[in-house]
Amino acid sequence: MVEVRQQRKPKPSPVRVREAWENLRPTLITGDKQPADVTRDICAPLDRRPTALWWWAFLVAFTALVVGATAVTYQIAVGIGTWGLNRTVGWAFDITNFVFWVGIGHAGTLISAVLFLFRQKWRTSVNRSAEAMTLFAVVCAGLFPVIHMGRPWLAFWMAPYPNTRGPLWVNFKSPLLWDVFAISTYLLISAVFWYVGLIPDLATIRDRSQSVWRRRLAGIFSLGWNGSAKTWHRYETVYLLLAGLATPLVFSVHTIVSMDFATAVIPGWHTTIFPPYFVAGAIFSGLAMVLTLMIIARKVMRLEDYITVRHVEAMCKLMLSMGCIVGLAYGTEFFIAAYSGNSYEQFLFINRALGPFRWAYWTMVSCNVLIPQLLWLRAVRRNIILVFLISIVVNIGMWFERFVIIVTSLHRDFLPSSWASYQPTIIEVATLLGSFGLFFSCFLLFCRFIPVIAMAEVKGVLRAPHHPQEQDALQGDAA
Amino acid sequence: MSDRILLAKFGHEDDLLASTIELRSKGYKIVDAFTPYAVHGLDRALGLKPSRLTWVCFVCGMIGALGMLYFEYWVGAISWPLDVGGKPWNSLPSNVPVAFETAVLLAGFGSVIALLGVSKLYFGKQPQPLFERVTDDRFVLVLDEADARFDPAQVEVILRPFNLLELEERVVAGGVRQ
Repeated sequence: MVEVRQQRKPKPSPVRVREAWENLRPTLITGDKQPADVTRDICAPLDRRPTALWWWAFLVAFTALVVGATAVTYQIAVGIGTWGLNRTVGWAFDITNFVFWVGIGHAGTLISAVLFLFRQKWRTSVNRSAEAMTLFAVVCAGLFPVIHMGRPWLAFWMAPYPNTRGPLWVNFKSPLLWDVFAISTYLLISAVFWYVGLIPDLATIRDRSQSVWRRRLAGIFSLGWNGSAKTWHRYETVYLLLAGLATPLVFSVHTIVSMDFATAVIPGWHTTIFPPYFVAGAIFSGLAMVLTLMIIARKVMRLEDYITVRHVEAMCKLMLSMGCIVGLAYGTEFFIAAYSGNSYEQFLFINRALGPFRWAYWTMVSCNVLIPQLLWLRAVRRNIILVFLISIVVNIGMWFERFVIIVTSLHRDFLPSSWASYQPTIIEVATLLGSFGLFFSCFLLFCRFIPVIAMAEVKGVLRAPHHPQEQDALQGDAA
Repeated sequence: MSDRILLAKFGHEDDLLASTIELRSKGYKIVDAFTPYAVHGLDRALGLKPSRLTWVCFVCGMIGALGMLYFEYWVGAISWPLDVGGKPWNSLPSNVPVAFETAVLLAGFGSVIALLGVSKLYFGKQPQPLFERVTDDRFVLVLDEADARFDPAQVEVILRPFNLLELEERVVAGGVRQ
């Protein structure tokens, strides 16, 4: 009897339940915000004049864009001999940049679609900007294959349309064509997803903005949105559908990009782990870019209450897990090369780690596998400056990953007499710089003219202080 | 529907939700609710049926997938047969990626266009009706005063425990349409 009495625990008081709940699910948005505060805080940067910092950042980005545009004009006018490519290394900088930018784009859809399906409420603070980032990154990515064609004015030949050349159709059995469809679908669906998410916020701007022009433009693009529950009901259905469509889409896009390589017989490309390896790498690099941009944006636009250390920490955990998958893939490639008994494969990987491009390989390994291991430590994940530095390191590492995959696999092929090296020319470097210029110019304009945080979504995850927490717990996590 | 409507304004989603359930259980006719963000559970409280837009999505996706598969078959096997790596003319596995992408593209665009069509949203439309602060922080419940026995005072008594901010009667020509 005594034992039974000891086992009986006292009934938890409501206060204690509240504490436990608060520990399990801490408040996402700090600073006791009410919906009206959200509207005011997020719209405030749109009404203010741009700061000197913004102008400087825009000037730098726009200069880079102009440099890139000049380089592209020059190489199109003169020809592809302006690149450092040769008969052995036929793909290098342009395709590296293409894969790099497509990868960056993946985090946006991961945050907006995959995390939406997983009911991760913290995504509401970052999804708008991550989706914008996706759009701009995919635009940058799409430019490179077009530039790489050498005759970009014939880019429309990639579309299957009835023509006078036969009609000579595109080759539907080629992964390069799959890529055309994957990237263009991805761009269009991302744009639609982003715009649909933006409609309620545009209505908010329409109803509160002082500027006549902004009110008029927001009025046109908010499509007469009035917050009707019936419309919200349908809107939520379509948003869920789009998330459900975008989730397999995002995995398919980098899978298809990896097939550009994996279906070739080049050692180092011809592997079955490429699709998951590329997808993990893409999300890894994308999260790094989201972190880089968000850490700057939260500071400059004073959004610390909306993008809290908790958001940064959640993204760090995701980034770490993706980084570990990438590390595992690096290891698996070596293991399979050794285990396959294929001498070309074995040579390739020894050459990758110890050959003339070893500096690129070890930069990649240290940036993508070794340094991100610091994120296992909570103190590092909560240190904004360290996270920022790690995110930059990962960006660099992921660019080198693509460079290593492309150039080291090509430069020493089956026939030693055709071995060659590769060095980028100034034109190629300027084109890469230009793509960064385009990306950051677009992102800065986005920060200036569009609410960087999805107000209508963040308002839904605020927890009003007067509201008893137990009720939330009883209702379940119906996000 | 009559032209007379009663607006009940709230400052918190829970009050709106509880009032909706309460009013509907008492037999009042709720025309619509207007909220700054999607309030979860409000569709059920208002008795809205699950949207049929999912079917639009499915049909558009199927048209995309099957249409593209047929087109690829026609191009690869009939119009211009091309030997690629010794694959059969109509190699289904290599036709899947493009068919999938087309399915996603059509399903996505189809559902969004259907949403805009069904909800009558279009570029440059004037919001009608638009209640004050409803895109900011106000929650508005619209009741139809169709019934001769409708008594706003009684509604006020029912809604007062739910932190009712304001009750307002309006005459809208043609009522609130959606």
